[in-house]
Amino acid sequence: MAKVLMKGNEAIAVAALKGGVDAFFGYPITPQNEIPEYLSKHLLAAGKVFVQAESEVAAINMVYGAAGAGARVMTSSSSPGIALKQEGISYIAGAELPCVIVSVMRGGPGLGGIQPSQADYYQATRGGGNGDYQLIVYAPETIQETIDIMKESFDIADYYRNPVLVLVDGLIGQMMETVDFEKPVKKRFIPAKDYATTGTANHPGRNIVNSLFLDPVELEQHNLQLQKKYQQIKNNETKYEMINMENPEYVIVAYGTMSRICRSAIESLKEEGIEVGMIRPISLWPYPKAAFNEIPSGVKGILCAEMSMGQMLDDVMISDKGRHEIGFYGRVGGMVPEPEEIVDAIKNFKDKVVK
Amino acid sequence: MEVKYQKTKGLTDKKLSYCPGCTHGIVHKLVGETLEELGMIGDAIGVASVGCSVFSYEFFNCDMQQAPHGRACAEATGIKRVRPDNIVFTYQGDGDLASIGIAETIHAANRGENITVIFINNAIYGMTGGQMAPTTLIGQRTTTSQDGRNQVLTGSPIKISEIFSQIDGVAYLERVSVTNPKQLIKAKKAIKKAFTYQKEKRGFTLIEVLSTCPVNWGMTPVDALKWVESNMVPVFPLGVFKDAGEKNV
Ligand SMILES: Cc1ncc(C[n+]2csc(CCOP(=O)(O)OP(=O)(O)O)c2C)c(N)n1
Ligand code: SF4
Repeated sequence: MAKVLMKGNEAIAVAALKGGVDAFFGYPITPQNEIPEYLSKHLLAAGKVFVQAESEVAAINMVYGAAGAGARVMTSSSSPGIALKQEGISYIAGAELPCVIVSVMRGGPGLGGIQPSQADYYQATRGGGNGDYQLIVYAPETIQETIDIMKESFDIADYYRNPVLVLVDGLIGQMMETVDFEKPVKKRFIPAKDYATTGTANHPGRNIVNSLFLDPVELEQHNLQLQKKYQQIKNNETKYEMINMENPEYVIVAYGTMSRICRSAIESLKEEGIEVGMIRPISLWPYPKAAFNEIPSGVKGILCAEMSMGQMLDDVMISDKGRHEIGFYGRVGGMVPEPEEIVDAIKNFKDKVVK
Repeated sequence: MEVKYQKTKGLTDKKLSYCPGCTHGIVHKLVGETLEELGMIGDAIGVASVGCSVFSYEFFNCDMQQAPHGRACAEATGIKRVRPDNIVFTYQGDGDLASIGIAETIHAANRGENITVIFINNAIYGMTGGQMAPTTLIGQRTTTSQDGRNQVLTGSPIKISEIFSQIDGVAYLERVSVTNPKQLIKAKKAIKKAFTYQKEKRGFTLIEVLSTCPVNWGMTPVDALKWVESNMVPVFPLGVFKDAGEKNV
């Protein structure tokens, strides 16, 4: 397939097919509907599984069942829908099953709005489900990057037996770009799914998919085991990009749609003789803390820019360890900032410093 | 020496965790025997729900998944859709199925998911210590209806079999009890029929079993069985509520 012009949500669906998805379970919600719409047609045509569930709660539990039975499975939703999925996500993480969850963020809280937002950073990286679990969270900034990450996510989920959440906003979902679906992604060795409930006729012993450990000793051991896995993920799967970091006066930290806007701002500032670098986290969990150790000396401050009221800001502060003054600029509610607003925020950095 | 009776291979050797006299154990035995007699143990994937039967994943001698409270039918849907040739069943209490999980259950039925649901109606929340269930009888005392269930405040016992009989996707639906040998034989027959229909890919099957909770009802096991017959059966009449009919071969 040569390069094609495609809408973000549709590209996510095509990338899922390329990634070998066997089954999709979801419930309609704007601004991600093109994903289930595309998959309903193409999965069924390929003899695979598509179910429009009665709710996001049901959808994520269908994902749980199908993942437990060994299938490559995904769901997609948007903010209020992802909120409803949290219980199931906690069970899936607890039972150590792989799946891919796409979250196309819109403005909140509550029913909020349907315009693009990044106000679900906490929801993605801190989660709303119970217990000490982690999702692997990727936040691409272009449709091409979304495709590559989608394709790789199924392998990463299988490899670690952990849910992967691909976090985009309504802008990436709705815009069109020229993309290449054949761009190769990293190959991983995927272990056999010997845990899957396929019937005892098909494997030795009984397979049980479970997250219940009533014995505190066992439950602690289970948690320690999970932490070991999370550490391995931190070591191997952290992704980020450093932009214009040779000799910057300021450093911006931004992801997804916001990092695209900041790229333009950085170009304008360069023309004015102000050098600004950017740390662009691609994995939001694990967070690229090490990137902050690479900030050159002489930087006057770090500006965290988000389409939220300051959620990633926590991770920026944790990662910088108090080495710099940290400023914040955010727009919310579906308001997408212009590059000029970021330019102004850098020029008036003192006013943006978080007290 | 001739072996006259053997524990079914459909159950593991794990000691059941149910209270003495609780009919959960009897229903386990009926399901286990059914899986064995129909030669389904190797193909079966069961879904344990949240309630006293949460550990049923340790008791049924087949592959098992443990579902969040109320979500068993959604989880079973996911399993069955990707493994359509396996036998998939859920085992759920009345809090699990008729309260928190009614949406998942009704929609699985309406889609005609080819799964079998074993529904334990004991008119109470057993595991959490005897709170009111949607199936609790009017006037029945529970820890959250201490003067007896008040119809004005809390409604009436929900009749799952009657409601589900209206759903097109349901292939077989029967309410049974396990209070005496005669009822036990009927219950076993019903469970066998449900699993047989599933094997024939005929749609959603549900067996509602009127069950006891002697501990939270505050009764001896024998009195509890009598209470099912005298108090539950008049509200929850036994019988076949839907049968798509024998398969035309
Ligand atoms: C989301 C959620 N809410 C509540 C509970 C607590 N809880 C555990 S079992 C149960 C009720 C079970 O009653 P039932 O389904 O009737 O089964 P029984 O114990 O009577 O067999 C409840 C409310 C839970 N585990 N999860
Ligand atoms: S609490 Fe009730 S339902 Fe639960 S095992 Fe004991 S008797 Fe059975």
